[in-house]
Amino acid sequence: MAIETREMALKTEPFVLNFGPVHPSTHGVYRMRTTLDGEVVLDIEPVFGYLHRGIEKLAEQRTFTGFIPLTDRLDYISSMSNNLAYCLAVEKLAGIAVPERAEYIRVIIAEMQRIANHLIAVGSFLNDCGAYFTPFLYMFRERERIVDLFEMVSGQRLLYNYMRIGGVSQDLPDEFLPALRKLLDLMPSYIGEYERLLKDNEILQARARGVGILTQETAVNCGISGPVLRSTGYRWDWRRADPYSIYDRFDFDIPVGVQGDCYDRFRVRIEEMTQSLRIIEQAIKDLPSGPVQADVPHLIRPPVGEAYAHIEAPKGELGFYLVSDDSVAPYRCHVRPTSLINLTALREMVRGWKVADLIIIFGSIDITLGEVDR
Amino acid sequence: MTVALSGKDIASKLEERFPGSVVESSQACVLIKPDSLLEVAAFLKDTPELNFDYFNYVTAVDYFQYFEIIYQLTSLEHNHSLVFKARCYDRENPAVPSVVELWQGADFQEREIYDLMGIRFEGHPNLKRIFLWEGFQGYPLRKDFL
Amino acid sequence: MALAALNNIGTQVCRQAVPPDWPGGFWWHWLFFTVVLIIFVLVMVMGVIYIERRGMGRMQSRLGPNRTGPFGLLQPVADAVKVLLKENIVPANADKLVHWLAPVVAFSPVLLIFAVVPFQNGALLADLNIGILYVVAVSSISTVGVFMAGWGSSNKYSLLGAMRNVAAVVSYEMPLVLAIVGVVLLAGSLSMNQIVLAQDIPFILLQPLGFLIFFIAGCAEINRSPFDLMEADSELTAGFHTEYSGMKFAMFYLVEYAEAVAIAAIITTLFLGGWRGPVLPPWLWFIVKVIIVFFVMVWTRTTLPRVRIDQLMSLAWKFLFPLALINLVVTAIEVLALPAALLWVLIIINFAILAALIPLWSKLFFKLGWGRLEV
Repeated sequence: MAIETREMALKTEPFVLNFGPVHPSTHGVYRMRTTLDGEVVLDIEPVFGYLHRGIEKLAEQRTFTGFIPLTDRLDYISSMSNNLAYCLAVEKLAGIAVPERAEYIRVIIAEMQRIANHLIAVGSFLNDCGAYFTPFLYMFRERERIVDLFEMVSGQRLLYNYMRIGGVSQDLPDEFLPALRKLLDLMPSYIGEYERLLKDNEILQARARGVGILTQETAVNCGISGPVLRSTGYRWDWRRADPYSIYDRFDFDIPVGVQGDCYDRFRVRIEEMTQSLRIIEQAIKDLPSGPVQADVPHLIRPPVGEAYAHIEAPKGELGFYLVSDDSVAPYRCHVRPTSLINLTALREMVRGWKVADLIIIFGSIDITLGEVDR
Repeated sequence: MTVALSGKDIASKLEERFPGSVVESSQACVLIKPDSLLEVAAFLKDTPELNFDYFNYVTAVDYFQYFEIIYQLTSLEHNHSLVFKARCYDRENPAVPSVVELWQGADFQEREIYDLMGIRFEGHPNLKRIFLWEGFQGYPLRKDFL
Repeated sequence: MALAALNNIGTQVCRQAVPPDWPGGFWWHWLFFTVVLIIFVLVMVMGVIYIERRGMGRMQSRLGPNRTGPFGLLQPVADAVKVLLKENIVPANADKLVHWLAPVVAFSPVLLIFAVVPFQNGALLADLNIGILYVVAVSSISTVGVFMAGWGSSNKYSLLGAMRNVAAVVSYEMPLVLAIVGVVLLAGSLSMNQIVLAQDIPFILLQPLGFLIFFIAGCAEINRSPFDLMEADSELTAGFHTEYSGMKFAMFYLVEYAEAVAIAAIITTLFLGGWRGPVLPPWLWFIVKVIIVFFVMVWTRTTLPRVRIDQLMSLAWKFLFPLALINLVVTAIEVLALPAALLWVLIIINFAILAALIPLWSKLFFKLGWGRLEV
């Protein structure tokens, strides 16, 4: 319920405040020109493009395999998911079958990436709420463990470049599985710690409940996907609705929210972390042995055609639309930008709320500017 | 499993309702004329057994003789999806109708296509450049830009 | 001869009796205490900055400063040197005089508060018999300085921050003062020294509700989390002191922590028994208690998220203010009707009222999330 401004005896006039590209809370270089009446937000106008690097144009000059490092830099918080979506698109285009072990490794890595992403999302949401870095640093403590595991596997801490067309680039080292086991044993207690500290916190509830409500109709109409859509109550997850890779073999629940406010988005992300742990447990149990990459030439030439493959990335539906004309470089590569599309409803969500709520609502959508601007 | 509806079936349905709107169709997609884009899109969205309420994406590809604009829709209720395309043969001032009235999710994506490819979307409430700055000359994603 | 004349003037003008065993008379007493106070404030501020950064770091499972000096003890010195060496940038559109005066107006009242805080029995700069009233009056002047800073910066963010600050400080004056009145009723005097002398048992036991109200209202007055939306880092960059750099920023930084020390000192004097304690020298007890109170403030800062401006105001008016009034009425009844009652009876009554009132009020009449200010 937005706050109504009554006719005041004092004459006021709205002013335009620029939440500029450089701001502590805009999760990147994102600019909003907000029209404010005192503290109440009347309208916002988002300005994008500060991180536009022309990735789609660059794709036409790189080989299919050579484009994988560029996909890392789209949603740089969850690079593995970007790699996965792109490799799935190329495999669909070229008709390549992925070996079993690679599929399982991909699922394990993707779910670990989901947990890492949600840790940052929830941490920075709480940071925006004002809990001066404490939950943020606690969640970074866990993310460090996950990032250490990724470093074991790919040698990198942020932009992994790990998946390849037809599988993954290297097999898991020997120390990976015991370390992952340790993490899986500890993680539920950490998630329990966050719940205890935050779930019933009166101030958090006052700040986030009922704030920035997004209705189901608006969400579906705007093409919003991921935790934001699920927080409105619509139980839709691409891993369940259109299973890619081997997700149909795993058993997991899909948490949904109740009314689509910031608190629901926060709760949905915490629950999704628990569900990801379940999937990883099941995947580790059944991990087969075998090759980790199909026999695919480095300069792959998919036949003429087009393909679109999407995954349930941590932020929503991430898809790649590829057109090939039988050369080593894609003819056209389009990224379905989750974060940009999730921002479509931002204007309706913030009208009538205060400046402090604007920051929280924006933070709860969880975007990464790399994906918005490409 | 999301069923990708056959283009041919949808094409026959469309030909019944809007004769002359379909140019060609295949298993994967339907190609329709840009002029009948809005009515076809409204039909796809509002018909109960199709009910395409979720807009996946809209994108454009530059094949030198024409621009091809690709839409993908999904119905969350029936769990089926459809790809339909429109071709625009005008290179100087390409224009197609905008579907923002039907699916608000097309808002930023159509602006992006206008920004990077130069295709105008008639009826879009705010067709400005989105990533590049006002006053940028040219359309970078076109094949003849660089 | 001249010195005796000066002393006479001093005593007559200020109508204050210097303790008879004080050597040198009035003006030496004044000089000594002024110097001691300034040094005390500056050293304590450095100490609390260190406690805050190190304490917050440990609570956030990281180390905190540990490079500068042993255990990072010289970190505040490093901060001070860094800030003083920065270039003093004044925005071109700023109102120069207001911009320049704001830090001065914000900092002076904080120093003035310490004039009446007792370090030992009778050891304070001025034993005013309206001590606590003076404190309340003077501490509000800082707000004018903050507003001048927000206005003089010609920056919309700063103005927003300054407006919020003024609204919040004005709202929280009421519960603050009412909580103080409860203590004054029990002690029977407004003089800070007398209040400490009257505390055979610390007043926190006799006025638990008053203590809580004063603590919360005090945190809100000095812009500490969870009420630090005046300088909300994640929203308004830095609020009213966005445009300040160099020495002026150092003054604002100092104001924030000096006010925290001041509130801690007042809490110690009013509720915790001031300098009273068994073994250690009294001034050491005072410092220990101030540090403990400050540590609790750091604790709340690290743990709690921030409230929104309308929730802040509704917390003051709808929750703290009625509770403070009820506390006052109950204390008045106790003082009038049960003057000879045993202290432990009063303690039990007061704690029972606290335990009953807070859950009742928050469940029935006020929930933080209901705070909607119709503008």
